[in-house]
This record gives sequence, C-alpha cells and structure tokens, in this order.
Amino acid sequence: MKYRYLKNVVTLQMDRNKCNGCGMCLEVCPQQVFIFNDKVSTIADRDACIECGACAKNCPTKAINVRVGVGCAYAVVMDKFNRKSKCCGDACCSLDNIPDQ
Amino acid sequence: MSNGQIKLPMVDAQQVKSCDTHIQTIANYESAAEANWVTGELETTIGPVYQISTTLDRQDRLGAIKARWGVGRMEYAIPPGLYAIGEPGKTSPVLLSANYKLSFDYLRRELPGLNLWVLVLDTNGINVWCAAGKGSFGTDEVVRMVNATGLPELVSHRTLILPQLAAPGVAAHEVRRLSGFKVIYGPVRAADIPAFLNADNKAQKEMRRTHFALRDRLLLTPVELTALYKPLVGLTVFLFLLNLFSLLLKGQPVELFPLLGQSFSDLVPFLVAVLVGAVLVPALLPFIPGRAFAWKGWVLGILWASGYSLLAAPETGWLQITAYFLTLPAITAYLGMNFTGSSTFTSLSGVLKEMKVALPLIVISASLGLITLIATYFV
Repeated sequence: MKYRYLKNVVTLQMDRNKCNGCGMCLEVCPQQVFIFNDKVSTIADRDACIECGACAKNCPTKAINVRVGVGCAYAVVMDKFNRKSKCCGDACCSLDNIPDQ
Repeated sequence: MSNGQIKLPMVDAQQVKSCDTHIQTIANYESAAEANWVTGELETTIGPVYQISTTLDRQDRLGAIKARWGVGRMEYAIPPGLYAIGEPGKTSPVLLSANYKLSFDYLRRELPGLNLWVLVLDTNGINVWCAAGKGSFGTDEVVRMVNATGLPELVSHRTLILPQLAAPGVAAHEVRRLSGFKVIYGPVRAADIPAFLNADNKAQKEMRRTHFALRDRLLLTPVELTALYKPLVGLTVFLFLLNLFSLLLKGQPVELFPLLGQSFSDLVPFLVAVLVGAVLVPALLPFIPGRAFAWKGWVLGILWASGYSLLAAPETGWLQITAYFLTLPAITAYLGMNFTGSSTFTSLSGVLKEMKVALPLIVISASLGLITLIATYFV
C-alpha cells in the first residue's frame, strides 16, 4: 500500500530539457515519483514527493529543483518558539528552508 | 594517511567534530576492541581492522529497547571507522553506514556468512536518513572517511555501496569526482542487502521503496510517549488544585484520599486521549479517513470524546461533555500532527499547509475547552 499525503503542495520541479537520462533520480527516490518517458526522466507522481531532495542532490545536470525540508510538525512548532528540536539531535529536522510567514 | 600507520578503526582526535556529547561517546569506546560486538582483528595492508559480529546479543537488544524509549538515544553511537564482516579481501564490497548504534546493529545482523567491509561514517550518532537530511551523512564525510581509513589502498575496486536513504545528503557524481569511488545506492532496508549483492548490486524496484508497516509505526510510539510525561504531571497537579479549590469554595471538608481519587479519575479521559493520539493514531494511520495527520487525530479524538461521554453519561452534565468535546480532540489532533515527523511520506510543504489550518483551530478548541472545564468545577 502506498501512503498518500496532501495533494498539490510540494515544490518539486523538473526541467526535462536538462535531463541526460542517467536515471539517478529514479534510483534514489524512496517514493517512486519519477518514471522514464522518451529516455528522459519525468515527474509521474508529484503528490508522493516528500521533498527529501535526494533527486536534486544526485542530478548531475541540475535538472531538478525542490525546496528541501523535513515534514515534521514538531520541528516547525519548536522553530516558532526559537528552540531546537531535540527529536533527532542537532542533525535532523533542518528547518533552514521554512519560508518567512 | 597512506603510510599504514593509522589506527583502525579509530579516527584522529582532531578529526572528531567539536560536539561535546560526541567526543564523550568516542571516549567511552577508547578501545573498540572491548565492545561486545567486536569478535576479532583482521590484519590488512593498512593495519588491523576489527571484525564485527553479525548477531545481536542481550546487550545490543537491551540497548535498542532503551534507545526506543529515549534513554540515552542521543549518545547511542559507535566509533566511526572501517570494520570487517567475515574475512573480506581486496575485491570485497564496501558498505557505508551511520554511527548510530541502532543503524549499525540493523545492518550487521543482516550480513551473516558474507565477507565485506563496513565503513562507518561520523554522523554524530544520528541515523542515516536524518543525518543525510542535515548533511552529516554527506559527500564531504564520505570522501573524508574513504581517505582517512586508507580504503583506496585496501581494496582494488572503486565502488561504494551506500544506503539509499543517504541520497538526500550525498551527491554520487561529486563523490566520484573527489575520491574516484563510484557510489551505488543499495536498498532502503538492510534486510535486502544480501539479495542486492547477489544480483550484482542491482536493487529490485520493491527494494527502493520505504515501508511503514504497523510494526514500524508502533516502534516509534514510545519516544512520542516519553515526551508527554511532563504535560501529564502538570495536568494531574492542575486537576488536583481544581478539585481542592472547588471543595474550599463550596465549603466542603477536604480529605486527602478522596481528593486524590477524584483528581486521578478526572485525569482518565485525558490520559486515554494521549494514548489515542500517540499510539492509536499511528497504529491505525492508513485506516483513518482523510490525509492530514491533525484531521486523523481529531477524528479519533471525537470518537473518544463520544465514547467517554456515553460511558460516564449518568454523572456528567452538558457542560462537562462540552469540555470533553473541545479538549480531547484538540489533544489527539495535536499528537496526530506531531507524528508527521515520524512518518515516511510527509513533506515540509504539506506539513506547513496542514499546520496553518490545524494549529489555530487546536489552540482555540483547547482554550475554550479549558475554560469550560474550569467552569465545571465551580458551578
């Protein structure tokens, strides 16, 4: 079973013209967001994206763009009170990318 | 570092990052040889390498339980460095891992009968996924540890097998450019590694997916629960004081044990709401209708508020029932929302959107509920 989260929210973008067809994004994506179409990668299931950034990080031609972050409400709450989330130590729950509200 | 003098698997003190708890952790393992999971030493061209066990013993299992309950979870680390499984040689595969002991244990227990190298990075004792998210399981750390351990002299091939969940932190093409090693992403779960190696480092589609089975979801609930004892103690004290003031105001005699009994019985609906939000919502996650976690929590909260109101109906007035319908779902909705961080399929954008709607409603509902609850003690 594939879990589904909210629709039409994620920031994943892809420039198919830049894709060289190496297939790394298909390999690293834990959510099977991409498929091959005409020998280049295509976003097939954008709503499944969790914005982990693995695809963009491993794309040698920088064809993928996404605002990377952790989908953790607790960390967002902690951030609002200017406190570091303790749930995963200092290493996790990076909220560098939270837009100013 | 290529003169073969490097002590393995320890890393130079200067290379240990400046993180107090981390240095302590490393110091605790001044000699990895004493660790319960080290079985021997292997002589290699780059010096001795510790061989590690592929079975978990009592100490490992006890440590896992403690970490799951949040006891010493932030210090549950092992020394970074190179280790051997079985009797690996020049052509044996190299697997990379984080130095969170739980990650390391889950990896090694899946590797009995194999001969390979395990390169443990310094991720500050954080698991692969979270460390990759922040970059401590990152390109630089991979390159640094490959060179610091002398791996290029140890193996004749130029391939590293990384956990797939490290990909948010590691750029495979950059590692290749900087170290000459090709990165292959292995399966998401360690259990699939033997099959992956057997298939010439090819992962089946199924191996690339994250799973989030009932067992996985429940394993994460203890840590959520341990974070809640403080609010619960606070609530108990609050209910005790409410009962006390209520008696004083009504001029009734104050007796300690009936007072305590009443306070604890008043606590029951809230205690159960916490369990509903922190355990039942994760357990039933895929079966509760709706997508937003706060909504899922709220749905179960409404069910519990209805259930409790019916159970306690003869004794409860409409004011009390109103208080329950405002407070209990607010608690379960909040706890449900907090489980977003433990799940495998939420995005930051989604969480922000959900919170924007849910958080104000939760605050309003809880505040009104609290006022109503206080009122029930004085009317």
